[in-house]
Amino acid sequence: MRKQKSEAGSWKKRWRAMIALACVFLPLLYSSAAKAVEKWSGVDESVVEKYAQEQGREAREPFINTNQGDLLLFVFLLAGTIGGFAAGYFWREIVERKDQGGSRVG
Amino acid sequence: MIVRKLKLNIRIFVPVLSGFLLCATSAQAMHISEGILPWNWAILWFGVAMPFAAYGLYELKKKSSCDLSYKPLVGLMAAVVFIISCMPVPVPTAGTCSHPCGTAISGILLGPAISVLITAAALLIQALFLAHGGLSTWGADIVSMGVVGSFTGYFVFRVLRAIRINMSAAAFMAGLLADWATYLATSAELALGIKGGSPFLPLFYKIMLAFIPTQLPLGILEGAMTAGMVVLLYKKRPDLLVKMGVLKPTEVTI
Repeated sequence: MRKQKSEAGSWKKRWRAMIALACVFLPLLYSSAAKAVEKWSGVDESVVEKYAQEQGREAREPFINTNQGDLLLFVFLLAGTIGGFAAGYFWREIVERKDQGGSRVG
Repeated sequence: MIVRKLKLNIRIFVPVLSGFLLCATSAQAMHISEGILPWNWAILWFGVAMPFAAYGLYELKKKSSCDLSYKPLVGLMAAVVFIISCMPVPVPTAGTCSHPCGTAISGILLGPAISVLITAAALLIQALFLAHGGLSTWGADIVSMGVVGSFTGYFVFRVLRAIRINMSAAAFMAGLLADWATYLATSAELALGIKGGSPFLPLFYKIMLAFIPTQLPLGILEGAMTAGMVVLLYKKRPDLLVKMGVLKPTEVTI
């Protein structure tokens, strides 16, 4: 009986993890599909730069212009990698510290 | 038991973090782009932002010297704010993309001053290397995303908790309102900077209304993310939430 309950619990956990993954990945797939048709401009273009232009102000090129072909993709990938690893590293630091006997308040 | 828990954490977090990595794409931001604001406004917003960032630095030094567990949390939040604020999310109702800010969660967990500091660092890296925002508009972006976002998130959470609203509901509202407040501030900064001789209010309303179709649903997403992260930390490290003053010791049960 207990075994059945624990199996049901682990399936519940798996389902939750799968739903969480779907929530993360489906919008990403959707976003790349959306980008392929060049339809989904950012609000910087559709709002900020549009109204600034109407008022006679134009956006300037950035001081370090990485917005050239696929260079920007590379820089974003690099930044995402470093940010992702940093987040993962610090998360493990936080969680492991508790598991290694960090104080808990009760 | 500990090993199993760690394995579960890694199993969930590695794919989630991979998801963040896959988000790498060209900039589609709410940050005010380089050169949009005239110099007088750019300098003014820089002047407004710097005292908050300086106080954040002072707070960070003070708190991290007293408590060693503070640094990993600051590191985590800095990474989270950086990643979230350059993650474009498509909004089908508007046909545009924008991003959440992540400042509500950092404001709640670290306090608004330190949240301003880490937002300033994230915005500087984005402006320098990611063509995302600008150096001349750095101050204005810090004020809207860092100052307004962090303080709104922090105060909304504290006020709702003070009137005994459930922790996850309070975090959700904090994320939602911090996001909307950020875009309200961006609208005001932009309208003030570009209005020239025309009146402020009509232009402000026009920009604000243009943000609504995108930011209305994104605010809800930001609220859900904020609530999710607070609940996750509550499950994993409730003692940390007590230490940060997010929860009272009596609210935590083992």
